[in-house]
Amino acid sequence: MSQNQQAHLRVAKEPSQERQKRMIGDHFDRLASVADGTCDEKVVYTFVPGNLTELIGAFGMLPVLPEINALQSGMRQQSAGYIAEAEKSGHSEDVCTYVKCDLGMLKSGNVGPTGTRLPRPDLLLLSYTGCFTFMKWFELLREEYKCPVVMLHVPYQPDGVVTPAMRKYIVDQLETVVIPAMERIAGKKLDRDALSERLARSAQAEDDLVAVWESARHRPSPIDGYFGGVYYIGPIFSAFRGTEDAVAYYCELRAEVEGRIARGEGPTTPDGRLDDQRHRIVVEGPPNWTSFNEFWRMFSREHAVVVSSTYTRVGGLYDHGFRHDPKNPIETLADYCLGCYTNLGLPTRIDYIEQTIRTYEADGFLINSVKSCNSFSAGQLLILRELEKRTGVPGGFIESDLVDPRYFAKANIDNRLQSYFQMLDARRLRHAA
Amino acid sequence: MSAESLVAEARSQVDDVDLGPVHAWKRANPGGLAVGTMPIYVPRPLIEAVGALPVAIFGGGDQVDIIRGDSYFQSYICHIPRSTLELALGGRLDCLDAMIFPSICDVIRNLGGMWRLLFPEKLSVYLDLPQTFDLAVGGRFFAHELHRIASLLEAAGARPLNDEALVAAIRVENVRRAALERVDALRRAEPWRAPASEVYLLARLGGLLPAAEHTRWLEDYLTAAQGRAARPVDNVRVVLVGAFCEQPPLGLLRTLEKAGCDIIEDDLQLGLRTIEGPIDLREGEDPVFSLARSWIERGGATASRYIGDDEKGRALVERVRTLGADGVVFAAASFCDPALLDQPMQEAALARAKIPYTTLKFAENTGQFQVVREQAGAFSDAVKLWGIA
Ligand code: SF4
Ligand code: SF4
Repeated sequence: MSQNQQAHLRVAKEPSQERQKRMIGDHFDRLASVADGTCDEKVVYTFVPGNLTELIGAFGMLPVLPEINALQSGMRQQSAGYIAEAEKSGHSEDVCTYVKCDLGMLKSGNVGPTGTRLPRPDLLLLSYTGCFTFMKWFELLREEYKCPVVMLHVPYQPDGVVTPAMRKYIVDQLETVVIPAMERIAGKKLDRDALSERLARSAQAEDDLVAVWESARHRPSPIDGYFGGVYYIGPIFSAFRGTEDAVAYYCELRAEVEGRIARGEGPTTPDGRLDDQRHRIVVEGPPNWTSFNEFWRMFSREHAVVVSSTYTRVGGLYDHGFRHDPKNPIETLADYCLGCYTNLGLPTRIDYIEQTIRTYEADGFLINSVKSCNSFSAGQLLILRELEKRTGVPGGFIESDLVDPRYFAKANIDNRLQSYFQMLDARRLRHAA
Repeated sequence: MSAESLVAEARSQVDDVDLGPVHAWKRANPGGLAVGTMPIYVPRPLIEAVGALPVAIFGGGDQVDIIRGDSYFQSYICHIPRSTLELALGGRLDCLDAMIFPSICDVIRNLGGMWRLLFPEKLSVYLDLPQTFDLAVGGRFFAHELHRIASLLEAAGARPLNDEALVAAIRVENVRRAALERVDALRRAEPWRAPASEVYLLARLGGLLPAAEHTRWLEDYLTAAQGRAARPVDNVRVVLVGAFCEQPPLGLLRTLEKAGCDIIEDDLQLGLRTIEGPIDLREGEDPVFSLARSWIERGGATASRYIGDDEKGRALVERVRTLGADGVVFAAASFCDPALLDQPMQEAALARAKIPYTTLKFAENTGQFQVVREQAGAFSDAVKLWGIA
């Protein structure tokens, strides 16, 4: 495709994208006004998996998600400097680069993704869900901020089963530790009706998000479920679940995607619209953020669309029917936390990917194994073997990192992906013959 | 037996990657289950109480060549899961009827999931150690976990759990703990009689034996070491910290000693030392709950345990001061999230308290210690000469 044709296909931003941009901008403006003292809202730092956004919102507090800040720093090419800063002050080169990026950002003035300053936390809400590093991350932040931390330990699902004891453990922590701590910080009691209203809005947005995900069953797929998918999960996995804004965003997004289905259009990629989709791929593992568009192009150039990804399920797995339940507000928060993707045992993760490959009729699956993340990465070579054995679909395996550009070996990854897609082509020809 | 002979025998058992002591136990206890436990902490009395042998697994150390294990783990993951898998895929862990994977990090957690897929005929159990230290919440959850595990072991052929057996097992465990503490006390007071490299082997042997048998070993060693003709050496007294799951090669400990460091305390064998002091039994209390309570109330500060409102590093600083140690040697396994993420906070606490420290990294199969020798030598000289590092 010529540059001109590419430019022609590059379409204007869709309304949902503009809306998301506005939402994020407004949120960071509010945070900035807390940082500069013009507003006195309380600020809660927390993590994406197991985030209790509705609860934070019901107290009128503002969430900050350090993982999102780290990935945004990666996209804005600032993470390398932040990581270097953290390593200089004694943090090991071996550990998760999100943590180091965040600490480096903090040491460099705590300027957030939109260029405005982030406020200090009034509370670190340690929703300890699916990742060991979270615990250390907030211990490290507590050293810096000297503010209260509240731990919510979410048990792991080794068998993919939620037992009553697990649920009760979380509910007990919420009722006896987490909510009282938040009440102290907010200076008011939890308004349970307000919480339920938020949860009802969450469920509404979740319905629309699932419809967006499932649209990838169509051919051509109207979405890219990985590179595009990370934008789609932005509002629901960050500060907005349970808000009117999120409801409006997902409703709008769904309508846009349905429009694309009606018109037989594919998703927009950095090189324009991808209508001609030669490969349908499922991806396991987080993306690389420092070379995000280049990485995406390695797929779109080969006419590969990602029909589904596990990374877009880290903040909640809604495909199997879970929705926040306004009638059981505390239990539903517990179930939500338990079900996040990295909180699932390896066998359950494999079952899930297998099912995804079948549901979306993928002809390949790819694992992007990131050096930072033992939660995702330990065991991925077995995932590769098992999935190939069970589905007969060939898997690809590449290694990179989230926000450390030193580990994104562009030429090497590009070569591997090209060989992988060529192999899929050859396979298709063989099958057709 | 002399201390040297006891240590040599302990070493041959610890180094036996074919788990000779476990085979011997199974021959003597027909029908008894051997239950592998991954680091760091699994309550051993629970397993002994159902008539099974808890077997602490620490991978292959520097004893095995990794061939198959490497094909399951990327290069940026620590060594212990690959050597453990190597042993298992080579049939060397076949004598284990079950494996328990405690929630100490994401690697051990995911290894547990891999185990289910690779060895479906074996019982594989995940143990979620609570990180909420309220007895009514975390304690109750943990007790439930322990009851669940006992039921799973029973279904796999172990004896049903009963209170008397568990109380008896806890009492025997407490006797072992007291014996270990006496050995540790000798090491602290006269490290030239009970050097850390020896105490390490004696402690680690306990991971392969029933508590009562281990106690006899400890008592014998204590007697032999106390009677040893050994002269004090002018070494620096250090605490070795690594939140150890993967174990350093013995050569690393000996190198530190040769470089002039008496390791008067370490966290190498956390399985036996995580709970500080005896497990407290209470009249009328479910002994399973007593086990859970000991974790909640007496679990020591280590990297895989959340330190609630306490100050990070406070426990280490206090320990160094109480022991009269001159400094701290950090030795983390490469790519070990818990140890490496924790270390900067511990270092900061030491720096505030003006306690000298030095940091090393290792893998269980590290074979070269020249750098360690130089670094530790420089550290001990600096501490000796100027009290700083
Ligand atoms: S280890 Fe993985 S899940 Fe945990 S913070 Fe880092 S990237 Fe996120
Ligand atoms: S060495 Fe560290 S990262 Fe590796 S399994 Fe052990 S605790 Fe986990």
